[in-house]
Amino acid sequence: MTGFLQDIGLSYELAVLVAKALGVAVVGAFGLLWTLLGIWIERKVAARFQDRVGPNRVGPFGLLQSIADAVKIILKEDIMNRHVDRWPYNLAPILSTLSVMLIWAVIPFTAAWVGADLNVGVLYLVAVGSLGTVAVIMAGWSSNNKYALISAFRAVAQLISYEVPMVISLLVPVMLAGSLSVQAIVKSQHIAYLFAVPMTVLIFLISGQAENGRGPFDLLEAESEIVAGFHIEYSGMKFGMFYVGEFLHAFTLSVLTALLFLGGWQGPLAEKIIPLGFVYLLLKSVFVYFVLIWVRMTLPRVRIDHLLNFNWKFLVPLSLINLLVVAFLWKLMPDTDQINSFADALGPTLVLFLANVVMFAGVAWWLREWARRDREHIEARRAVVAEPAEATAAAGD
Amino acid sequence: MILNEWVFVGLFFLLGPVLLVVPIALSKWLAPKRPTPIKQDAYECGAEPVGLAWKQFRAEYYIFALVFLVFDVELVFMFPWALAYNKLGLFALFEMVIFVLLLVVALVYTWRKGALEWS
Repeated sequence: MTGFLQDIGLSYELAVLVAKALGVAVVGAFGLLWTLLGIWIERKVAARFQDRVGPNRVGPFGLLQSIADAVKIILKEDIMNRHVDRWPYNLAPILSTLSVMLIWAVIPFTAAWVGADLNVGVLYLVAVGSLGTVAVIMAGWSSNNKYALISAFRAVAQLISYEVPMVISLLVPVMLAGSLSVQAIVKSQHIAYLFAVPMTVLIFLISGQAENGRGPFDLLEAESEIVAGFHIEYSGMKFGMFYVGEFLHAFTLSVLTALLFLGGWQGPLAEKIIPLGFVYLLLKSVFVYFVLIWVRMTLPRVRIDHLLNFNWKFLVPLSLINLLVVAFLWKLMPDTDQINSFADALGPTLVLFLANVVMFAGVAWWLREWARRDREHIEARRAVVAEPAEATAAAGD
Repeated sequence: MILNEWVFVGLFFLLGPVLLVVPIALSKWLAPKRPTPIKQDAYECGAEPVGLAWKQFRAEYYIFALVFLVFDVELVFMFPWALAYNKLGLFALFEMVIFVLLLVVALVYTWRKGALEWS
């Protein structure tokens, strides 16, 4: 590409710049256009979960439904509350989608296609990803609407809290690979990290789902309580931007899971036939995306105090223990810094897998004990409430 | 070479917003605009809004943000540790255990103080 641009008379620096700009346009546009397909997938799968057919009128299998929706939403009137704080109000939808789109800059699509293989890739995507929280707070505050404000406060509690276990679980692949570059983490997975550290994957997915504000953690939008939360005052394309941002966020989470834990573009022949890696990555991502929709459609919304308790009293301690256990075992095993093949990776993976099985058993036991004590606690309280009533009834006779 | 990678990210920061502003600008140009006073009220399910929303609110949420801050700052220190872990000795593990213990002490303290309870 750079060579071609130099042939038509650009200097080397300019040619590199133009080629990179084209790369940005391709990656960004791919992200946005993929959202259209992602929305279709989500609506179809969600419909199946609810025993419906889903979109099936526009185009074959309703494939063009999202495009029709996009055209419609561009033509919609933009109704704006007259009390809004204009700057943050107008910037919030853009920032919300941008924070997700910027993550795509460091995603390695294949062995050769990567926008920017930053040596601080993981740190970059944590930093950029958390800009989304700011967007939610900006939208909620500037809308000057009580529901939106409640949503913004919930965002402070939820999105910020769940970032802690998410980042702690991100440390595990960094530690195993010994690199912060996403491409290096993918390449180091001779066996997908899913098999070595399933607990970490689970923590990452749960906290990622909460970060995304969907599934059982959709307190930010909770239609039945605070109508639509922070984007209640948005309509037309600005609402559309939030919508695109949310779906892109969900899919980006799937892509990140696929990259960091499922081996990314790795698969048979992926090193030789470069585009094949892209197919593998998409397949793995869509699989994770399906699991996320599955969770979202199955579980009811949790209450805010339960949500925060779950995070601070369970997920954060668990992720710290998980990190230390993995770190301890990793140090016990010899030559973990020289894993260059499937055979090298087999031993450590088995050891870590067994440790994870033990951890899962421990957590399951602890949760059962906790549930039993909680039940006893509730029943004891119920008995206290019931007794005085009986006493009054007896006195009345 | 490393700088070259950052050029891509820089361009993403510059061109990304353009990709997002285009549909919004398009909508501004194509969509109808017929504002009425009722349309421009805050939407509260049809009831007339009483006052503005910019009021004082309960501070429960604020405490969680403070607890988060403690953890987030410590996490920044854990990234270089995880990165160099393969090259460090067993000593690094004990260092991190002590570091995490300090974190846990902070967590237990806030827990016992009742800051994590929803009252």
